[in-house]
Amino acid sequence: MTAVLPKHRTLTYSEAVREALAQAMEVDERVFLLGEDIGTYGGAFGVTGDLVHRFGERRVRDTPISELGIVGAAVGAALAGMRPVVEIQFSDFTAQAMDQIVNQAAKIHFMLGGAASVPMVLRAPGGSGTGAAAQHSQSLEAWFAHVPGLKVVMPSTAADAKGLLLAAIDDPNPVIVLEHKLLYKQSGPVPEEATRVRLGETTVRRTGGDLTIVATGVMVSRALQAAEQLAADGIEASVLDPRTLRPLDAAPIVDSVTATGRALLVQEAPRTGGFMAEVAATIVESSAFGHLRAPVARLCGLDVPIPYAPRLERAAVPQTEDIVRGARELVTAW
Amino acid sequence: MDLTKDADAARATLRTMWTIRRFEEAVDDLFARGLMHGTMHLSIGQEAVPAGACLALREGDYITSTHRGHGHCIARGARLDAMMAELLAKETGYCRGRGGSMHIADVATGNLGANGIVAGGVPIAAGAGLAVSMRGGDEVVVSFFGDGAVNEGAWHEGVNLAAIWDLPVVFVCENNHYGMSMSVGKAFKVERLAERAAAYGIPGVTVDGNDPQAVHDAVSDAVHRARAGQGPSLVEAVTYRWKGHSKSDKNLYRPREEIEAWREQDPIARFERVVAATLSEADVAACRDEARDAVREAIRVANAAPDARADSLADAVYARGDA
Repeated sequence: MTAVLPKHRTLTYSEAVREALAQAMEVDERVFLLGEDIGTYGGAFGVTGDLVHRFGERRVRDTPISELGIVGAAVGAALAGMRPVVEIQFSDFTAQAMDQIVNQAAKIHFMLGGAASVPMVLRAPGGSGTGAAAQHSQSLEAWFAHVPGLKVVMPSTAADAKGLLLAAIDDPNPVIVLEHKLLYKQSGPVPEEATRVRLGETTVRRTGGDLTIVATGVMVSRALQAAEQLAADGIEASVLDPRTLRPLDAAPIVDSVTATGRALLVQEAPRTGGFMAEVAATIVESSAFGHLRAPVARLCGLDVPIPYAPRLERAAVPQTEDIVRGARELVTAW
Repeated sequence: MDLTKDADAARATLRTMWTIRRFEEAVDDLFARGLMHGTMHLSIGQEAVPAGACLALREGDYITSTHRGHGHCIARGARLDAMMAELLAKETGYCRGRGGSMHIADVATGNLGANGIVAGGVPIAAGAGLAVSMRGGDEVVVSFFGDGAVNEGAWHEGVNLAAIWDLPVVFVCENNHYGMSMSVGKAFKVERLAERAAAYGIPGVTVDGNDPQAVHDAVSDAVHRARAGQGPSLVEAVTYRWKGHSKSDKNLYRPREEIEAWREQDPIARFERVVAATLSEADVAACRDEARDAVREAIRVANAAPDARADSLADAVYARGDA
């Protein structure tokens, strides 16, 4: 008997996000979109595209430039029974909306003793690589992952961009979805159905016995490229993608490090206080500690704002060759 | 609605104002005796605003409230025992001891929450109005905030969104003259905060916030506009906070004479004089007694309740299942 596989087509990450939004809006009248230039303009990165023509201006709602107001309105609409999905043009601009994200959305369910919840989604592109410099290129996931009450998602493939977003829209909590602007044009197989990718499930992208690489966002594809190059040298890496930073599914990471004895943790964000420090602590606090054959290693963005010049921008964050070098050192030096 | 000539309305107004007053006096006393912890912000002297405003609302309407929100909660019909239990850190409190005075709310009466951030509730109110508008409902949202909120970005962004989308929101500014210690005279160049409405293309009106009838009339007009799909309004109710900002306040920023002068404008005493022709002395006394008894009973019930339990502390961080 042949298993019936879900039908996949190749879509870009951006198209996958749009398809998730459309499918969620089709089945649930409560779902609507709110953000700057998401209507006729189609979104700063073209993600919402033609949705305004399919669902109308009422549900694909262009807003003035006022991030705090937009997120606040989403909090209020969610409290009053709707399922708003906010687009913030660049994740950097969430700084403008931080009170509503951190003090309102994240805390209302708790502060009210569970009497109300805030089922909203905030999508925002993060990351560097487009020459947009310091105020349009940050990786701010650690800010959000630090706040109890928020869930934080970083899809690294087109299929996950769709599946995680659908799950985020279903979730009764505020979910921050950090898309990566370099991934928007990358393609991959995406199921036609509205298949959910559960929040809080780490996935194993590649299996190898010599070391475990944990990576997020655009670093996942770089880690996979690095793993291919390492394999040519006879070093086999496992590559794990948490996908959801909060709640973090640590068990597959612990299991993998237990098996390989080595962990290389890769993030685009600056090192200090970054999310991979949390992953490192989780590993050394776990049963994997006794299996470590080398110190847990982090490969992070430099502790600098993202610069403009291409050569500088490239130097500020881990590249494939950095991951290859880091992995090789970890395996050969220990 | 004539709150002064209609005996039922007069009774309801007076009872609400006395209940707020007695509740907050009791809380002040419990705090002073070390029987209540944390901090709290009392609205004694401002009772006419929530009493007059909430009488313009009906079931299904929403409010957002402030750190000085006991009055809004009571005027909207919340249970005194659950409020008192929350302040006394009991499991039976509205927030199961997670919220306290600054976050108290009764979601069942449409109270979407008090707020520790002064303009935090303003865009949230716009969002609740957006939900109503998108569903095609005729409910109204009243957003309460103080004069201190009107200079925050969230206020401007929230009011603007409500204005451009004609949302059914009534913005009620309780101008009690001080944002903590900063007086309105120092914090604003405009004479009246209601002038700010013009910048957003919505009606703005300033009323005597110590007169429940004046508040009620202005809010009722704004509620009618909102229900009719004509968009938001701003009502500035000028009143005064008798007590300090919070428990740490030494009142160094305002003269005693000013406080005394405003105490002579006590909204409750004034209203009792105005309704003397409508309510008998016995009626008025009954309103006072009912308020006192209700607050005493709330304290008794709350004191008997179990303390908030730490074993379930992590449970309500995230909502489960379909909300």
